[in-house]
Amino acid sequence: MGEFKVHRVRFFNYVPSGIRCVAYNNQSNRLAVSRTDGTVEIYNLSANYFQEKFFPGHESRATEALCWAKGQRLFSGGLNGEIIEYDLQALNIKYAMDAFGGPIWSMAVSPCGSQLLVGCEDGSVKLFQITPDKIQFERNFDRQKSRILSLSWHPSGTHIAAGSIDYISVFDVKSGSAVHKMLVDRQYMGVSKRKCIIWGVAFLSDGTVISVDSAGKVQFWDSATGTLVKNHLIANADVQSIAVSDQEDSFVVGTAEGTVFHFQLVSVTSNSSEKQWVRTKPFQHHTHDVRAVAHSPTALISGGTDTHLVIRPLMEKVEVKNYDAALRKITFPHRRLISCSKKRHLLLFQFAHHLELWRLGSTVATGKNGDTLPLSKDADHLLHLKTKGPENIICSCISPCGSWIAYSTTSRFFLYRLNYEHDNISLQRVSKMPAFLRSALQILFSEDSTKLFVASNQGSLHIIRLLEGSFKHLHTFQPQSGTVESMCLLAISPDGNWLAASGTSAGVHVYNIKHLKLHCTVPAYNFPVTALAIAPNTNNLVIAHSDQQVFEYSIPDKQYTEWSRTIQKQGFHYLWLQRDTPITHISFHPKRPMHILLHDAYMFCIIDKSLPLPNDKTLLYNPLPPTNESDVIRRRTAHAFKISKIYKPLLFMDLLDERTLVAVERPLDDIIAQLPPPIKKKKFGT
Amino acid sequence: MVEEESVRVVRCGGSELNFRRAVFSADSKYIFCVSGDFVKVHSTATEECVHILQGHRNLVTGIQLNPNNHLQLYSCSFDGTVKLWDYVDGILIKTFVVGLKLHALFTLPSAEDSVFVIINKEKPDVFQLVSVKLPKSSSQEIEAKELSFVLDYINQSPKCIAFGNEGEYVAAVRDFYLSVYFFKKKTTSRFTLSSSRNKKHAKNNFTCVACHPKEDCIATGHKDGKIRLWRNFDDDKKYTYTCLHWHHDMVMDLAFSVTGTSLLSGGRESVLVEWRDATEKNKEFLPRLGATIEHISVSPAGDLFCTSHSDNKIIVIHRNLEASAVIQGLVKDSNIFTGLMVDPRTKALVLNGKPGHLQFYSLQHDKQLYNLDIIQQEYINDYGLIQIELTKAAFGCYGNWLATVEQRQEKETELELQMKLWMYNKKTQGFVLNTKVNMPHEDHITALCFCNAEKFENPTLVTSSKDGHFKVWILTDDSDIYKKAVGWTCDFVGSYHKYQATNCCFSEDGSLLAVSFEEIVTIWDSETWELKCTFCQRAGKIRHLCFGRLTCSKYLLGATENGILCCWNLLSCALFVFKPSEPRPLYIQKNISREEVQWGVFVPRDVPESFTSEAYQWLNRSQFYFLTKSQSLLTFSTKSPEEKLTPTSKQLLAEESLPTTPFYFILGKHREQQDEKINEAFESELVQLPLTENIPAISELLHTPAHVLPSASFLCSKFVSSLLLSKETKSGEEIPEDVDMEEGKESDDSDEENDFTEKIQDTNNTDLGEDLLHQLSKSEEKELRKFRKVDYSWITVL
Repeated sequence: MGEFKVHRVRFFNYVPSGIRCVAYNNQSNRLAVSRTDGTVEIYNLSANYFQEKFFPGHESRATEALCWAKGQRLFSGGLNGEIIEYDLQALNIKYAMDAFGGPIWSMAVSPCGSQLLVGCEDGSVKLFQITPDKIQFERNFDRQKSRILSLSWHPSGTHIAAGSIDYISVFDVKSGSAVHKMLVDRQYMGVSKRKCIIWGVAFLSDGTVISVDSAGKVQFWDSATGTLVKNHLIANADVQSIAVSDQEDSFVVGTAEGTVFHFQLVSVTSNSSEKQWVRTKPFQHHTHDVRAVAHSPTALISGGTDTHLVIRPLMEKVEVKNYDAALRKITFPHRRLISCSKKRHLLLFQFAHHLELWRLGSTVATGKNGDTLPLSKDADHLLHLKTKGPENIICSCISPCGSWIAYSTTSRFFLYRLNYEHDNISLQRVSKMPAFLRSALQILFSEDSTKLFVASNQGSLHIIRLLEGSFKHLHTFQPQSGTVESMCLLAISPDGNWLAASGTSAGVHVYNIKHLKLHCTVPAYNFPVTALAIAPNTNNLVIAHSDQQVFEYSIPDKQYTEWSRTIQKQGFHYLWLQRDTPITHISFHPKRPMHILLHDAYMFCIIDKSLPLPNDKTLLYNPLPPTNESDVIRRRTAHAFKISKIYKPLLFMDLLDERTLVAVERPLDDIIAQLPPPIKKKKFGT
Repeated sequence: MVEEESVRVVRCGGSELNFRRAVFSADSKYIFCVSGDFVKVHSTATEECVHILQGHRNLVTGIQLNPNNHLQLYSCSFDGTVKLWDYVDGILIKTFVVGLKLHALFTLPSAEDSVFVIINKEKPDVFQLVSVKLPKSSSQEIEAKELSFVLDYINQSPKCIAFGNEGEYVAAVRDFYLSVYFFKKKTTSRFTLSSSRNKKHAKNNFTCVACHPKEDCIATGHKDGKIRLWRNFDDDKKYTYTCLHWHHDMVMDLAFSVTGTSLLSGGRESVLVEWRDATEKNKEFLPRLGATIEHISVSPAGDLFCTSHSDNKIIVIHRNLEASAVIQGLVKDSNIFTGLMVDPRTKALVLNGKPGHLQFYSLQHDKQLYNLDIIQQEYINDYGLIQIELTKAAFGCYGNWLATVEQRQEKETELELQMKLWMYNKKTQGFVLNTKVNMPHEDHITALCFCNAEKFENPTLVTSSKDGHFKVWILTDDSDIYKKAVGWTCDFVGSYHKYQATNCCFSEDGSLLAVSFEEIVTIWDSETWELKCTFCQRAGKIRHLCFGRLTCSKYLLGATENGILCCWNLLSCALFVFKPSEPRPLYIQKNISREEVQWGVFVPRDVPESFTSEAYQWLNRSQFYFLTKSQSLLTFSTKSPEEKLTPTSKQLLAEESLPTTPFYFILGKHREQQDEKINEAFESELVQLPLTENIPAISELLHTPAHVLPSASFLCSKFVSSLLLSKETKSGEEIPEDVDMEEGKESDDSDEENDFTEKIQDTNNTDLGEDLLHQLSKSEEKELRKFRKVDYSWITVL
């Protein structure tokens, strides 16, 4: 593997925002997650839970409700009172429409998928008709006294249940009038609370309404008579979310204590048809409020203030006990938030609303393997660049020479020129950036920092030549006719001749920069690309996919390399395929052409193509071989994958020079420390 | 030595009541519990023992009501039989001989002619649940050999087996798995919990199981205090469970209420938890039950629960979680430091009870009289905690005084010692703390001894300690201007060459005090506390000392650590040494018990027996009780066990708890009038006629079922004689004079008994002892013979 000096960076103060809503789409097996900063992320559950797409957040657009409608349409409602539809192809907002009812707290799409119901602050429930390209207001239901916090359709579409404060209303959809008003007990453990907020309702086909409320109760109501059937007190704090499975045989609720409870419909005795709802298993995977839950056919999905998205498979629904049956916890975005200037040892950190530029510390000391070297010069916070406006930063990049910084928001593209004079640095914004660059999904500088490549959300790629303090638009690669799929990942060859770009689903396109034309297209693969890189000298394109496969494609030969074919033939080690997180970055060693460096959140790997591939019997995660071991043994046990798990969670790792690595870690404890304190629970024995 | 009646070892009570779950009768009027070889029937209302069902020849291991006749009770035992009883009359109806050691018994209403038992296969740890077909036959003793196998490799404890949904399935737990056998499908499902060694799952072991009476739901208790409620267990894949967690330590037992709406659980916390609707948040507690809950059972009528506790008691609890009755047996503490004593007042056996308590246990009624809290501190039950131990206790002055010693030693150098003196208060009929002495000695106290002589106007107490001193404590006037009081103060401190004082003893008249210092016995004058003489004998450290009684008061007996009994003649200062095996002991009973005998005591009889045989004369006026290592109380008896049964008086007790029917009102009124009449009669001191209800013979006649009554001619004379007026004789009132003497004797005897068991092997090959005997000189032999004669006379006084 070779010895490296590693900059272990832990000053990236990144805190993901809390999860507010989760919506599961059964047809496409995709999960939409909205965060408190307004970001909406789309996870493809079939593709190893990869975060395929994301819509950048907006300060004023706090999402409170999220739902899928027929034909893979995603709607959200927020506290600014707007209903937003997202364009999942172009990755932008299709339109925003004011519902005129104040902040929107809840949304529900009718079982047939053609109607959208919105619960507003003013107590109104509004029905919208979903037309192929827009939504249209149809009518209001009887207005209630206070805000509608939760909504649920009866599977037949004839009735709806609406949870408000202190009561649940059942509406008849035809007449739009409230049929029943079911008052909820305010009492909480014998103490009368001020209000009882119905955080969630679920309407089952047999007419049962399940409600969860701020007093910690899960209640079953008979909607025909408007009476309480059963009461489960499950928490000392709010129960904040509920999700029912499609078969209506189980549901899941999330509480403010971080516990997720599973309820199942089980038969009372084996030989009777009578069934009852029973609380079965509690899951404590969260430390904070579970604001949102979803129920996929095989898993319970929960997310909350502690920013984790937890996917807990249901063992009884899993056919074979393989790796898919394991618990998944997704904390970090599956894209790069860090870029690095190798020449000047600079790191650019991307946050939601600002960028930070840091210079790495340096040391003169030397030491043995495993030593921590003392710093002779501390890391330096050079720059704190705040965005203008309420929009989140989509992507950012620093040029390899360190003299350019570019970032993009939904509406604007920013390019800055940095001048270094000894310790001072000055920042100069390059003005009059063309409008077509806005809402860029990926920005990349060429190795010599003379060219800027921008992937816009329209599917086009722009090449810009950078001059001293100005720029010139060189060329735009238009997307293939008919597709509007946006490109998310870019890679440039070190010699600057080839540009590889990949979208969310289609194959990787390789462009010739010299001739400004499409060179070839790597055949499409079932799973989305998570990282791309072009090797120096050989111009081999290395592609990592979300199913943990790695391909090597020779651009000059327009075919997969021999090594790639060998590894596809033999297959990857099963432990390699069972990793949780996708590979987010690939780089190469300038002096060792046979090495590929790649990392995910929990490991860093150097693939040595010259060594034999491991099979399932060999140890994949071998510890660093002790130096006293004989060469024979080392050679015998050596295989192509050299894996180090020292650094985790690893957000970024790159080679600064031949003997220096930089690793950016973000310990989970540091994130938890920055979150609001969780509900205090007495721990037994303390 | 041929006698008609031979002395046998008899289990005389103190057996574990908490060995198995107690069972309620169908009307909740009676509660049945196993008690050694017997089954006891108690009244739930009065706590009194109504019947003792005797007949098993070994430990009773299971009792169940007959599901087809709720007035009958099945019991099974290690002796390999299943017996059917009529518990109302206490009659054995049938005996089914299975022939295998039976560990537990289950009955099912659906399986009419069979019961389920747990048997043990060849291997010691492999148990099987089998169903035994009970053949129908009119004979008393029936062979039941038709076994059919149900489940293998189960836990021995009946807590780990439960039948559910009217016998559709049976659930068994062991280690880390739950197996469910479905009778209809004849399939077994097995659910395994993770058993990895890591901290989280290390205590996942199943401890008990219960089945919901109405629903398909199995509750299992676990070692880490969790309760799991399993559902959907007929599907190997879709099974699911809920966790309830309140207990911090092992769940000892679980029981569903009759309707299944609530689940009861208990454990070492000594708190009964009622989980309503099987929800975690909806639970009720009955705390402070005193000791670990071992078993929980529910009455079929649903109005009562009962919990069996590790301190050998059964608490009957109302449905609203209020304890209504306590059936307390002999408390089995792990360590009996105090040994067995007899309270001179109540004739109760006194020994360590609950932690920090002294229990007073009535031997006659096999019932605890009361507990005396000595340490008077909250007992915290936690593993590894060093507790204050009650180590010594002694009664003095005819039960007027009680001295106790408690100690706690955390480290070698940190000894906490406290001596308490308790005075008997006649008003409250109990002991009241009089004096508390902190650190009476520098080291462990080895013996306590009261001077019991009548001439001593001042009560005197002597303590001997390992610190080399013995202290004399006397009662002094402690009055001040506020109140009149008495208290104990140290009067004299004696020592002998810095040897550790190992024991002390007063002579019968109180004039002499013997204190042993390791191998040396010193005799002190109790008037002046002068050292009179010393006996030095290099036979070993002296453990026990005792003066002779009455005619033998010139002798001092000492027992050494290496099993030699020494006897000194105080007048001649001569010494005899004898091993228990050599001079012919009065009586040797071999193989009295499977376990080591730990303590013994002579208890005076209420009514002296008259044994003509020389060998049994020692049993005439007192009975010898001894406690084995497993803490079952045994005694020697010549009576056959059947004779001991006197059910008539007890039936009346049960009768009083009859339900209030209209008939009862008529009868009751009638009775009240009669009662009034009695009172009137008493006041006018008229000759009273005995009431028919109060004559045992009549009630026996009327309450015994006709089919078990003896012939009329046999009863006639008894009946007539009962109608005759008799002068009341107060034979029972005669308390033997030598009560305290026995009590003082106890330590000596217990040690002797210890030696007996150790030496039993030796006595078997007596030639070895005989060799020794021959080595004794002629003169010594003569002396011994003389002594033997004297010894006899002394014994016969007992």
